[in-house]
Amino acid sequence: MTLLKRGLSRRRVLQTGMAGIIGTGVMPAIFTKGAWAQEFCNNPTGDTVTFGLNLPLTGAYAEEGADEQKAYELAVQHLNGEGDGGLINVLTPTALKGNGILGKKVAFVTSDSQTKSDVARAGATRMIERDGAIMVTGGSSSGEAVAVQSLCQELGVIFMAGLTHSNDTTGKDKRRYGFRHFFNAYQSGIGLGPVLGQEYGTDRRAYHLTADYTWGWTQEESMKAATEALGWETVEAVRTPLGAGDFSQFLTPVLNSGADVLILNHYGNDMVNSLTQAVQFGMRDRQTNGKNFEIVVPLFSELMAKGAGANIKGIFGTSNWHWNLQDPGTVAFTKSFGAAYGAPPSQAAHTAYVQALLYADACERAGTFYPPEVIKALEGHEFDGMGNGPTLYRAEDHQCMKNILVVQGNDNPTSEYDVLNIVQEVDREVVTYDSAIFGGDLGPAEPAPLC
Amino acid sequence: MFDVIFLQFLNGLDKGAAYALIALGLTLVFGTLGVVNFAHGALFMLGAFCAVLFRQLLTMETITIDPTQLSPWGAPLEVRAPLVQAWFGDFGAVLVNYSVPASIIITIPIMLLVGIGLERGIIKHFYKRPHAEQILVTFGLAIVAQELIKSFFGPNPIPQPMPSDLRGAADIGAFLGMQANVITYPIWRLVYFLFSFIIIGGVFAFLQFTTFGMVVRAGMADRETVGLLGINIDKRFTIMFGLAAVVAGLAGVMYTPLLPPNYHIGMDFLVLSFVVVVVGGMGSLPGAVAAGFLLGILQSFASMTQVKALIPGIDQVIIYLVAVVILLVLPRGLFGRRGVMEA
Repeated sequence: MTLLKRGLSRRRVLQTGMAGIIGTGVMPAIFTKGAWAQEFCNNPTGDTVTFGLNLPLTGAYAEEGADEQKAYELAVQHLNGEGDGGLINVLTPTALKGNGILGKKVAFVTSDSQTKSDVARAGATRMIERDGAIMVTGGSSSGEAVAVQSLCQELGVIFMAGLTHSNDTTGKDKRRYGFRHFFNAYQSGIGLGPVLGQEYGTDRRAYHLTADYTWGWTQEESMKAATEALGWETVEAVRTPLGAGDFSQFLTPVLNSGADVLILNHYGNDMVNSLTQAVQFGMRDRQTNGKNFEIVVPLFSELMAKGAGANIKGIFGTSNWHWNLQDPGTVAFTKSFGAAYGAPPSQAAHTAYVQALLYADACERAGTFYPPEVIKALEGHEFDGMGNGPTLYRAEDHQCMKNILVVQGNDNPTSEYDVLNIVQEVDREVVTYDSAIFGGDLGPAEPAPLC
Repeated sequence: MFDVIFLQFLNGLDKGAAYALIALGLTLVFGTLGVVNFAHGALFMLGAFCAVLFRQLLTMETITIDPTQLSPWGAPLEVRAPLVQAWFGDFGAVLVNYSVPASIIITIPIMLLVGIGLERGIIKHFYKRPHAEQILVTFGLAIVAQELIKSFFGPNPIPQPMPSDLRGAADIGAFLGMQANVITYPIWRLVYFLFSFIIIGGVFAFLQFTTFGMVVRAGMADRETVGLLGINIDKRFTIMFGLAAVVAGLAGVMYTPLLPPNYHIGMDFLVLSFVVVVVGGMGSLPGAVAAGFLLGILQSFASMTQVKALIPGIDQVIIYLVAVVILLVLPRGLFGRRGVMEA
C-alpha cells in the first residue's frame, strides 16, 4: 500500500510518462538519422561495392563501347588507389581519398548491350538483380540510355549515362535517378551553327540523312533549327535504319536533289559507312548551285574519324571533349589512359571515366550510398578539373553544363590519332539553355524503390 | 527526273549483283546436293576476312622505339615502318594499294578447301536427313565460324580501302553524251557489278559448256541414273560445294571496300539471299540471278523519297512484300521446278 502510494505520485507518473515517450518515440529517430540499412536497392554490406557497366561491345557503336570499358577499368583502379590517380588529383572540389568509396573497394560487372535498347535493359536488370550493382553506367546510344535510365528509376538505382547525345535523355525522358555528363544535340546545334554560317555562308540547301531513333531525331531537329536560323533551306530529311550498312540507296537521291550540303546525323559505324560511301559517290568533288558540295557531321568522335580515314578531312562537327586540349585535367587523363592502353582516350572514354568518378565523389560527399542522398549531392554540384572547364550538374534536368568543342577533320594528321582539329571551344554560357524547353519530369527520389 | 530514276536503277543493279552472287552459290548447293545451307552467309564472311587477312599480312610493320620523341602520354614514341614496301619497294606499295582485288589469289584456294572440307567433314552426313536438321547443323556451323572470326579479328568492322585509282565516282552521264556531273556513280560499285557479271557468266558457262558441267547438270536432274552410268557424281557434287564456297568468298572479298566487314556480315546477307532464292525458285540458277536483280532494283526504287512519301516505310519491307506476292501467285517462285522441296 505504501509502495503503491509512493509509486503512483503525480510527479512520478509524469516523469515516467515523459521518459517513456522520449525513449520509445524520439530517441530511435535521433540514433537512426543517416542510417538506411537494408532500406534501398543493393545496399552494400561487405567490403566491396559493385558498379554495373552496360557496354555496347558489339553492334553499331562497339568501338565506343570498348573504349568506355577501358576507361571504367581505369577509373576503378584510380578509385581504389591504384595507378597514378588520374583525374582524382585534379578534380576540385573532391571528397575522394583513393581508398574506394566510403572505405569499400570498388568492383564491377559488365554486360554487352549490343547497341540495342532491349538488350541494354535486360543486361542492366541482370546486373542489378543478380550481381547487386549499386550504380549502372555506360551505353553509347541514346536509345539504350533512355531505356536503362527508366529502368533504374523503377528499381531505385542511380544511372550515370555514358555516351548519349539525344535531347530526350535529359529532356522529355529525364529521370531523377539518371545523370548525363555528355553534351546534347541542341548544344551541338548552338555551337556548330555559327561556324557553318561563317564557313559556308547563309545561302545553302541542306539534305539530312538521319539515324532513325531518338538521338537521330533530336539531332536532326537541332541542326535544322540551327541551320535554318542561318537562312539555310532544308531540302529533305530522310530517316535511315540504325546499322543499315549500305547507305547507297539513300545517297543516290541526294545527288540530284538540289542540295549543296549533306548533313549526316549518324554516329559510330553508321557514320563511318555513310560518310565513306558519300565520298565514294563523289560528293566532296561536286559543285552544286555554283558552290562546293559540303558534308557536315554534327557529332564527331575520334574513333569514328579514325575508321573513316582520309574521308573525314576538312569536315566540321562537334565533340564533347578531345585529348588534344591543354588543361590540367585533359593532360592528366590522356597521360594516364595512354600509359595504360598505348592510345589516347576517346570522348566516350572520357565521359565514362568522369561519370564513374563523379558518382564516387557524390557518395563520399553524401556519406552514404543511399540513392536519394547521392542524388542530392549530384544535383546542382559545381566542379572543375575534368577537362571541360567549370561544370555544373544542373539540378533541373541532370544535364551537365560545360564548354563544348567545334572540331574539324585534320587535313595533315601527324599520327593515326591526330584526326581532329579543335576549331573553337564554345563557352558554357553560350550552350546553356532553359531546361523547360524539352519538357519532361524527373519524378521523385523518395521513397527509394526497393529492387 | 530521268537522272534520278537512272541513278536508282544503277543502284538497284549494283545491289542486285551482290544479292545474285550470294544467292547463286546458295542455289548451286541446293540444286546439286539438296542441302539448305545456312552456313552460306558465313562463307561470304570468311571470304571477306580473306581480304582482311591478306591486307594485314601486307601491312605488317617493324616497330622501333625512339627515346628522343615522346607521345602525348609521355611514353617513348613508336616509329613504324612498313615491311612489304621495305622488301619489294614500289611493287610492295602497289600490292598494298590493290590488296582487295589481289586477295582473290589466296581466297580461291582457301575457300575451295573450306568448302570441300565442310562438305566431306560434316554436310555429307546430312544428305538423307530432313531439311530441318540440315538447317540446324549448317546454322550451327555459321555460328562457329562467326565466333572463330570474332576471336581472331575482334568484334568491330575492319575498313578495307579500295585501290586509289578506283576511288571516287565515274561520270556516266558525260560518258553517255549527257550533261556532265549529273549522273555520277562510284567506280568501285561499277567494278563490283562487272565482277558479279563475270562470275555469274563464268559459272553458267562452266555448267553449260564443259563436260564436268554437263555431268553436274545431269546429276541435278537425275542423280541416281547418272550414278548408274558409273559416274562418281558425289565427287563432282563435292567440288560444286567447293565452287559455291569460292563464289560466296569472292563476293565477300570484293564487297569489303563498300562495307567494312565484321564477323556478323554474313548473317546480314543470309536472310536476304534466302528470300532471293525462294523468289527465284528453289534450285534454279537463272531464278536466283533474276530474283537478285529484281529485288535489288525494287529495294532501290522503294528508297526514293517520292515513293516513301506515298507509302511510308516501304523501303524496309519491299523485299518481303514482293516475296509474299510472288509466292502467292507463283508458289514455286519465278523459275521453280515441279517436285523441288515438295515431297
